[in-house]
Amino acid sequence: MTVIAEKLDARGMNCPLPILRTRKALNLLESGAILEVITTDPGAVKDMASFCTQTGNRLVSSTEADNSYIFMIEKA
Amino acid sequence: MSAIAENVQGNAQLDAWLDKKLDELLPTKLEEIDASKTPSMSIIATKGTLDWAYPPFILASTAAALGWDVTVFFTFYGLLLLKKKISADVSPLGNPAMPMKMPFGPQWFQDFEWPMPNLLMAGVPGFEKVATGLMKKTFKNKGVATVEELRSLCLEADVKMVACQMTVDVFGFDADDFIPEVSDYVGAASFLPVAQKSDICLFT
Repeated sequence: MTVIAEKLDARGMNCPLPILRTRKALNLLESGAILEVITTDPGAVKDMASFCTQTGNRLVSSTEADNSYIFMIEKA
Repeated sequence: MSAIAENVQGNAQLDAWLDKKLDELLPTKLEEIDASKTPSMSIIATKGTLDWAYPPFILASTAAALGWDVTVFFTFYGLLLLKKKISADVSPLGNPAMPMKMPFGPQWFQDFEWPMPNLLMAGVPGFEKVATGLMKKTFKNKGVATVEELRSLCLEADVKMVACQMTVDVFGFDADDFIPEVSDYVGAASFLPVAQKSDICLFT
């Protein structure tokens, strides 16, 4: 069971806000902590994966439920 | 064999060995250097209308979120984006591909594309204000950040904003007109070396 350190509700936000808010939320976390991000922006699915690759943070999971996209990100 | 001939032969062997070694080591070394380098981007922002205010701020804030070094050089009408209060409007004039849609009412009404020629719209007094209002409302409805919000996110993330001194003079602006975060007032000769070292350079 993953322990979620922080949750970020980015529903209703459009590009690039989900990514910018994710960056800010990650900045406040310790290395290894898990951030859960929930968005409604379909573009965020690929953008979040690309953001994680670029920044070295690990995208633990990316799932879709009820028109929302949920990302688990482990801070590098 | 003379000492000189021996020396020449020794050097040739050394060169061959060095070549071989370099071929072996260089690719990994270059990859390491590449991976450890912070990517950088320079943007030239030349336009001050609402629609054109978005691209530089979206790209700059996102690049900063990726951990890149970003510099934006504001020149000509782009300078207006550095004003303390951004009063950017959008004009249908000279914007022939701008779709005209309504941000309110039932869905069929919102989806309807108004078949008004741009030139006609642009000629109606006050239409620019209407178009600006409609665009701002649409962006808000779609969860897009305001230009002011994106600018402050850029500044928070240490995006470097520089202003073109020449256009500041030409348009009669004062440094007091601009946000205090403007890091420098410079000319092309100061921006180009920054752009030269950037991995990405964009003109917007």
